[in-house]
Amino acid sequence: MRAPFSTAIAIVVGIIILLGYFVPVGIVLALRDVLLGWAIVLAGAAALVGIINLVKTHWRKATVRGERDPYSPVLLLAFFATVGAGFALGGPANTQFQQVVNAVQIPVETSLMAVLAISLAFAAMRLLGRRMGLMGIVFVVSVVLYLLLNSGALAVDTGADIVKTALGVVQRLPVAGARGILLGIALGSLTTGLRVLMGVDRPFSG
Amino acid sequence: MNSLQTMIGLALVLAAAVLMFLFSLPPRPGKRSNYALRPIAGLARLRRALGLAVENGTRLHVSLGKSNGVGPVSAASLVGLSTLERIAQISSVSDRPPVASSGDGALSILSQDTLKGAYRAVNAPELYDPTRGRLTGVTPFSYVAGTLPIEHDEQVSANVLVGTLGPEAALLAEASQRERAFTLAASDSLPGQAVLFAAAEEPLIGEELYAVPAYLQAGTFHRASLRAQDVLRWVLVGLIVVGAVLALLGINVL
Repeated sequence: MRAPFSTAIAIVVGIIILLGYFVPVGIVLALRDVLLGWAIVLAGAAALVGIINLVKTHWRKATVRGERDPYSPVLLLAFFATVGAGFALGGPANTQFQQVVNAVQIPVETSLMAVLAISLAFAAMRLLGRRMGLMGIVFVVSVVLYLLLNSGALAVDTGADIVKTALGVVQRLPVAGARGILLGIALGSLTTGLRVLMGVDRPFSG
Repeated sequence: MNSLQTMIGLALVLAAAVLMFLFSLPPRPGKRSNYALRPIAGLARLRRALGLAVENGTRLHVSLGKSNGVGPVSAASLVGLSTLERIAQISSVSDRPPVASSGDGALSILSQDTLKGAYRAVNAPELYDPTRGRLTGVTPFSYVAGTLPIEHDEQVSANVLVGTLGPEAALLAEASQRERAFTLAASDSLPGQAVLFAAAEEPLIGEELYAVPAYLQAGTFHRASLRAQDVLRWVLVGLIVVGAVLALLGINVL
């Protein structure tokens, strides 16, 4: 069996966390809180390891002979400058440091958001050409209809109850659809979690 | 949660566990299982893309999204990791092993561990390279910005986007199309699914995300999970109908 020790720990911890939801007894809840606290600390440490891995990968790409990546030195420079500024200015809670980081990050992410908006508009226009079926047509009609409804263009008070009821029903349809999809996702999450609890899925090599 | 909700939740968990166990048992001697996976075009094309990538010596990229493995959205990431494991095993004979990108430190460590375990399982531990499981950015857009060069520079012929991916994943799908690479996209986020339906070549909707490993023949238990989901879905449909009728009659049971 692969990684029996890690698997046993994952199963025991998983069962305790799950029990915490269904059997809210004092000791189980206390144990669950302690384990969740550890998980948060571990997630923080994992982020640090991930960032070291990111730096290592780009260092290799920047220094490899032959096909050097021109963007990797820029990333490394920006990374070390940010870390240096963080230490010099007294950490991430410092207002000046936050201003400097936000002054770079917000415009860059806003630009990406703008590119995303254009990409989505383009993808929507291409959709019917690429997926000419019932689902494609329903999707495009829904997008146009709910854009119209949510823009307020149809918010004229006609006074007719039947129109209000019809609009109310139409506006509830996305909620029903979303709930249907979420139920499917919940069932999928349940069986995925159970596979980990049964030791079938083991995303750890031990 | 009140006691009735707790009971329903517990019953659902126990029922799922029992059903998964029963469906994972081998059929009785002389009898064949009559459960067949329904065809999903995107997953059939993924299998073809896997074979082509191995033949052409191109790379597969698995994008795991930004889930942190601790929050309630981690199940999709676990599916992404199972998918990565199968893809790594299937493409272990390829000249270019797959690469995984993630938007979270814990997920990047798990992706490295998954690759390590996958290569160990096919007796090829020398194929393991920790830089193939990468953290590319910790915010949604920095993740996308860090992942785009993988699609562009590393001779990727198929991109598999499986995990918690928001609307920003449309940029990955778009870039993949520009590189003429195959894209299969599945997310547990509703805005992500809506956007990927328009932008990705082969989107998966709803619980189809959780079927990916089963379609890549990840094992009996994955198929058993799908069967259990099918049964439980009908149970839930029944409960919803009964609940709606009771509510119409003015009886509030919850």
